[in-house]
Amino acid sequence: MPHLPPVASAARVLKGRWAPLALLALLPGCNMVVMNPSGDVALQQRDLILISVGLMLLIVIPVMVATVVFAWRYRAGNKDAAYDPDFDHSTMLELGIWSAPLLIIIFLGAVTWSSTHLLDPYRPIDRLKAGQPLKAGVKPLEVQVVALDWKWLFIYPELGIATVNELAAPVDRPITFRITASSVMNSFYIPALAGQIYAMPGMETKLHAVLNEPGTFDGIAAHYSGAGFSDMKFKMLGMDQSGFAQWVERVKADPRRLDASIYTRLEKPTEKVPVIRFATVEDGLFGKIVNRCVEPGKPCMSDMMGHDRRGGGDPHSMRPGSGSPPVNDAAPMHGDKAEGALLKDPGEKGTSPHQSKERLPGSPGNAAPGNERNRDMTALDPRSTIPHARAAGAADRA
Amino acid sequence: MDPTFLKTIFGRLTIDSLPIHEPIVVATFVAVVIGGIGVLGLLTYFKLWGYLWKEWFTSVDHKKVGIMYMVLAIVMLLRGFADAIMMRGQQAMAFGANEGYLNAHHYDQVFTAHGVIMIFFVAMPLVTGLMNYVIPLQIGARDVSFPYLNNFSFWMTAAGAVIIMMSLFIGEFARTGWLAFPPLSGLDYSPDVGVDYYIWALQVAGVGTTLSGINLVVTIIKMRAPGMTMMKLPVFCWTSLCTNILIVASFPVLTATLVLLSLDRYVGTNFFTNQAGGNPMMYFNLIWIWGHPEVYILILPAFGIFSEVTSTFSGKRLFGYTSMVYATVVITILSYLVWLHHFFTMGSGASVNSFFGITTMVISIPTGAKIFNWLFTMYRGKIRFELPMMWTISFMLTFTVGGMTGVLLAVPPADFVLHNSLFLVAHFHNVIIGGVLFGAFAGINYWWPKAFGYTLDKKWGLVSFWCWSIGFWVAFGPLYVLGLMGITRRLRHFDDPSLQIWFIIAAIGAAIIAVGIGAFLMQIFVSVRNREALRDTTGDPWGGRTMEWSTSSPPPHYNFAFTPVVHDLDAWSDMKARGYERPVEGYRPIHMPKSTGTGVILAGISIAFAFGMIWYIWWLAAISFAAIVGVSIFHSFNYDRDYYIPADEVLHEEGERTRLLALPAGVGSHN
Repeated sequence: MPHLPPVASAARVLKGRWAPLALLALLPGCNMVVMNPSGDVALQQRDLILISVGLMLLIVIPVMVATVVFAWRYRAGNKDAAYDPDFDHSTMLELGIWSAPLLIIIFLGAVTWSSTHLLDPYRPIDRLKAGQPLKAGVKPLEVQVVALDWKWLFIYPELGIATVNELAAPVDRPITFRITASSVMNSFYIPALAGQIYAMPGMETKLHAVLNEPGTFDGIAAHYSGAGFSDMKFKMLGMDQSGFAQWVERVKADPRRLDASIYTRLEKPTEKVPVIRFATVEDGLFGKIVNRCVEPGKPCMSDMMGHDRRGGGDPHSMRPGSGSPPVNDAAPMHGDKAEGALLKDPGEKGTSPHQSKERLPGSPGNAAPGNERNRDMTALDPRSTIPHARAAGAADRA
Repeated sequence: MDPTFLKTIFGRLTIDSLPIHEPIVVATFVAVVIGGIGVLGLLTYFKLWGYLWKEWFTSVDHKKVGIMYMVLAIVMLLRGFADAIMMRGQQAMAFGANEGYLNAHHYDQVFTAHGVIMIFFVAMPLVTGLMNYVIPLQIGARDVSFPYLNNFSFWMTAAGAVIIMMSLFIGEFARTGWLAFPPLSGLDYSPDVGVDYYIWALQVAGVGTTLSGINLVVTIIKMRAPGMTMMKLPVFCWTSLCTNILIVASFPVLTATLVLLSLDRYVGTNFFTNQAGGNPMMYFNLIWIWGHPEVYILILPAFGIFSEVTSTFSGKRLFGYTSMVYATVVITILSYLVWLHHFFTMGSGASVNSFFGITTMVISIPTGAKIFNWLFTMYRGKIRFELPMMWTISFMLTFTVGGMTGVLLAVPPADFVLHNSLFLVAHFHNVIIGGVLFGAFAGINYWWPKAFGYTLDKKWGLVSFWCWSIGFWVAFGPLYVLGLMGITRRLRHFDDPSLQIWFIIAAIGAAIIAVGIGAFLMQIFVSVRNREALRDTTGDPWGGRTMEWSTSSPPPHYNFAFTPVVHDLDAWSDMKARGYERPVEGYRPIHMPKSTGTGVILAGISIAFAFGMIWYIWWLAAISFAAIVGVSIFHSFNYDRDYYIPADEVLHEEGERTRLLALPAGVGSHN
């Protein structure tokens, strides 16, 4: 049989008489990663979905069946059915009506309470998989995650390396993710590994997880974050110990180094960024990113909050001006803040062009919306993060 | 020309702001202009301007205002659905090398506009319109408490819709998603006019919504007919009362939140920015403290409609009226205790998450009780499968699944894997289409004969019904599956070709729904054409149980010649059972409110104000703001705001009704 693309073959099947059944047959064929994950946390979350749905079906199926049965049985045309126009109350029935859902919710609520605590993303992993508790003294692999516009940066502090749009981890070793973002909100989600958690600028969130199977898994941005959102994804490589060690060696062999100045370039909005590997990382970079002080000369949020705590005035004093810590008196922490519209001079108002028309000289614009040349947001050439390549690139252009 | 001068006059509006390079938008614009000129031409040709202005635009009659809300909702449904079709088309084709036909700038505006329009300018006007039309009739009142305010509220809602439509042709709309979360919606990341269009459209429409909420709360509390105690209030009025209480309590939160966002954008404050102590998480909290009650604002009136319809078409009293009322009240209160379930994934602790997860699940108890009550209303009934009843049964089957997936999403660890996914998208369409929209269709089919005096065509109604009921599952079933495959929402392009079949099926579903919408419009068209054959002279074509069916169809301007006296729940049923005789003499002049054009004028100036703010044309904003205040004060000195319908005219109208009622029974009637 000739090889057909999935759409064409599905369309062929659809022409058949049993089209609805054929559609159902598609279900097991597709990869429902949420229902078939590779990490212990996601697996428990899957089980929870199944338990909850099962519990609810106990009441949903009877209700749906009763709807159809009652509608049919008591149709006006059915002369055999009883008709009792004043039947509008029955204490026993109402008791049942309220207590049946109540019972299910009590049970589901208990499941929710315990599972929410057990699967709290902030709670360190205490088992590798069912029946396999974590051995004492195993240190989790720490990965610092930064959601940039529109790519993911991963820093491995204990290894001193970093990667963009590629995450690798050994199987059966707990991973601790510390997550933040550079500009807007995002959500860090590897469906095969564990549930998602938001990545937020100026804040740090945590996620604990463990991967149980080697393989390549999709990692996605799960919160809309602007124009390049669709392509903001990465691959997670799950490998055994030796494979992971080899991967680390390969990263360490790369000439690139991630420091504050490269980070400020990397931070600029770019789309469809290929994998970039950095052999070394500046110490404390993640802390600076969270505290929004990567740019030299910017005060760190943590310092300012410490300062405010020490000298922010006595909140109990009745003197005017001595109330809450003067956070808002501080200079902008990061970059130059956009000025409020009312404060602008007429000349500074700018324009608001209809932005989807062509923006770069020579790009086809709307004549070919999908054309790569319309994507002028790619300000960063990955090669330019290598010092000597940058010089060479500049020479090329000149 | 001096650029500073131009900037002062036109703000940031330039020729570049017009989408003259966009074939799709230009074609749409040309079509709108041609259509608009056609409509305006016809109106002028048939000399309808005076009629429209006098009888509709300036009318404070709650029935006309209600109908205008419905017209607005249906027009905006077409716009919102066009966005839906564009998204389905893009997602069905944009795989691998194919980037689809919408770039990110377009696509992101399209999904934002779709959400905003469908919630604020379709679902809200649908429920507000139905409440406006039906509540005074059901409680035996002649109008709402504040008739002028009602007209003003409608025009403010319409003005919001105009502002959002303007963004299609002048500048662009927000590219933020329908709740415009900062920091993305802040000036740093969205410097152009899109978010400003969003803010001002919602602020202007929000004035209308809040005022109409106040109006209807007061109407239900103060204007019930003698004898109608709260526990004799029709269920639809109960659910509407709760909805309007929710509106009054929650819409100011939305207004305040958007004011804070505007301050960030206009004066450079730091409420939701990344720096200087700003906290974007606060916006999530605030907007969802409004946003979750909003869901119940939409669904509660639909629950009321289903209650009325089930009881009428089963020919039975509603089962468990008291528990229905308490269920509604419990849902109203609980709706304020669940907002955090929209962001379990934002890093709250396990105890906070479980608290909000469990409160969310608790809502399913009263909701489940309601479903059972409808079931037992059907039990031992004589069910007539007219269109409203069919919509109701389809709702019960569809909504139950949506409710179940909702409770699933309320389990925080399950939400961690399903949040923001297409599973979530499928869930909320499942409850909003299956609940609110099906409810609105049931309501339209149910009350149309009351509003216009003839029933809606059943054949086209059935086509619409089946297309929606089936099309919904074809369109959103695949989205449930895709969500379980870990596919997130708002994506414009995909790499994995094995997903494409699901998006193609979803697009087919959207096409089936399109046929459903077409059939609905056709149903109205055919019914208007065949209105003589479909005529109902009795005013009570369905064997109704509540008071709106006791008056003629369409009801006279004054609704009831005499204020009815209520002795029982299902007042009209009770009156019919006790052999009620319609009084045919002794009419007195009826005191009624007068029409006023102030609502139209204020809404018009509000559009100018919003336009000035959006485009930084400060002089326009300042002048229009002053004008709004001025016109409002001026209107408050208008003492000529009421009149009496003379007794003779009442006698004439009621005499006509007596004549119609005397016609042989069953003319055009379904009884």
